[in-house]
Amino acid sequence: MKEFKNIKKIMALVALVIALPLMALAGDALLINGAGATFPYPLYSKWFFDYQKSHPDLKFNYQSIGSGGGIKQIAAKTVDFGASDAPMSDFEETSLSQPILHIPTVLGAVVLAYNQPAAGAGLKLSGAVIADIFLEHITKWNDPRIVALNPDKTLPDQPIVVAHRSDGSGTSYVFTDYLSKVSREWKAKIGTGKSVSWPTGLGGKGNEGVTGVIQQTPGALGFIELGYALQNKISFASVQNKSGNFITPSIDSTSAAADGVKIPVDYRVSLTDAAGQNAYPISSLTYLLVYKKQQDAAKGKALVNFIKWALHEGQKTAPSLYYAPLPQSLVDRLDKTVEQIQTP
Amino acid sequence: MSANTDRTFERISLVCAIGVVAVVFLIGSVLLWESSPVFQKLGWRLLTNSQWDPVGEEFGLVPFIYGTLVSALLALLFAIPFSLGIAIFLTELSPDWLRGPTAFLIELLAAIPSVIYGLWGIFYLAPWLRQSVEPLLIQLNLPLFRGPAYGIGMLAAGIILAIMIIPIIASIARDVFQAVPMHQREAALALGATRWEVTRLAVLKYSESGILGAIFLGLGRALGETMAVTMVIGNRPEISLSLLAPSHTMASVLANEFAEASGALHLSALAAIGISLFVITFLTNAAARFLVWKVSGVAVAGRRE
Repeated sequence: MKEFKNIKKIMALVALVIALPLMALAGDALLINGAGATFPYPLYSKWFFDYQKSHPDLKFNYQSIGSGGGIKQIAAKTVDFGASDAPMSDFEETSLSQPILHIPTVLGAVVLAYNQPAAGAGLKLSGAVIADIFLEHITKWNDPRIVALNPDKTLPDQPIVVAHRSDGSGTSYVFTDYLSKVSREWKAKIGTGKSVSWPTGLGGKGNEGVTGVIQQTPGALGFIELGYALQNKISFASVQNKSGNFITPSIDSTSAAADGVKIPVDYRVSLTDAAGQNAYPISSLTYLLVYKKQQDAAKGKALVNFIKWALHEGQKTAPSLYYAPLPQSLVDRLDKTVEQIQTP
Repeated sequence: MSANTDRTFERISLVCAIGVVAVVFLIGSVLLWESSPVFQKLGWRLLTNSQWDPVGEEFGLVPFIYGTLVSALLALLFAIPFSLGIAIFLTELSPDWLRGPTAFLIELLAAIPSVIYGLWGIFYLAPWLRQSVEPLLIQLNLPLFRGPAYGIGMLAAGIILAIMIIPIIASIARDVFQAVPMHQREAALALGATRWEVTRLAVLKYSESGILGAIFLGLGRALGETMAVTMVIGNRPEISLSLLAPSHTMASVLANEFAEASGALHLSALAAIGISLFVITFLTNAAARFLVWKVSGVAVAGRRE
């Protein structure tokens, strides 16, 4: 009989495990589900947390499953909003049954971080040189083209170990989008994508993986998000922009990228290689994806209110988490766009 | 009452058994269904091409199959001698007081999450390989050890995998050795055999089929391991004879690219990798069963219990 009692205990435990999430779901709060990009996840979590403090009747459930997953789930209407680092492609938009609005929330920058003590901080690179490093045309730190950009530094005769993302990611998309704009060869041979066929280098999974490779490998150079480089205190390069200025990536120079570009009505735009004087050239917007016609009155209204809050109050918390806030001109335009969201 | 419970018990067991078979079957058919577009478009080129270019929609599975098999075999190469040594020590040589703690610690190795192994690999193993081991290997000037010492690469993946499968092989081998009847050993001793001869003739010979079973279970784990390998293998779909070069495995490309795969063909190609991995693990297990059966004359149904 003793064994029998054990079985009963196990059954009770199983039942409890199944019941727990159900119990969490029960409750009076209005639950808003979202899914998508991992890049803005830390900021969105902070936003949800802050917003719920003043709106205890709301609950957000955001799953950072990746931009591709976010697009799929909002297209299938399994979530109330999606989130993506790259705007939806024309092809992806054909899968939609109803029109979707792209709402940019913040900007992010991709920086070229390196492990080269001889270069110190603030190595200068141009788009063409970066592309040739990633195409394996430039393989040494003391290549004449790198030296020409950095006459004040003594660079060693050491191989450059390229580090890149191994997983499909919006970060890779932004970076390859930039390389496609500054190098014809890159565009023809490799192209733009979340996963591409990297011609050289070591792949790390996630920003943390690439950061690990860079920190552990002398002579490494790779691309990671600005926040990761700042948090881990890795040196990163200043990149020459379209106006010819060498721009150090920062919150301000990233925001400036959105100022130098004509942004279309649907906000689907690439900000890489932006023309502004002070624009950091490897910047991008990240988006919330919401249906123009909301199905549920209460949820729709709550979502609209939250987006308005995020575009104004939320922007203030962005820099503390290393995200660049939207320029005021863009916020003004977005205010009008948000008004277009219809609730029944 | 008792007849009644017997019947219920029978039915529940039957449902469990059928359930597992059904799940395996469903996984196979879903993968086959999902991967059919890429098979239709590229056909056999999938299995001959070594390009993997999601942007240009050019997909070849060869580098991933190569990376998976080589990393797993490398792991076996490192793990088998260690595991057998551990098992022999625990059953034949160890003083009693040391047996329990050692066995416990080895089994603890199996309980460490693989991401921890990965982190240890990237922060400790890879730098150590790069600074201390690989420069020496390069001096040997063999085609197996060519190219720059990254630390990260096939060798690191093989070592990490070996550490991960040692507890599996060692604990099963220990069980197998313990099952060797005592009179077998005593007989050998009575014939004047030394300790090494007893182990070789009475224990190892007697346990061949069990050891094979243990090795194949370890191989199964090595083939499917994802996270730790992804973190140290360098994730580069390229076939290189050098063990120092970065490589890629089927499980890691799935973990890497599935979440953000956008194009329909890209998803389909990943499903094709899934089904290939499925088939390869199936074949390994079938081969394991066959070998065990051939060596022992009877099919051994799982030695784990």
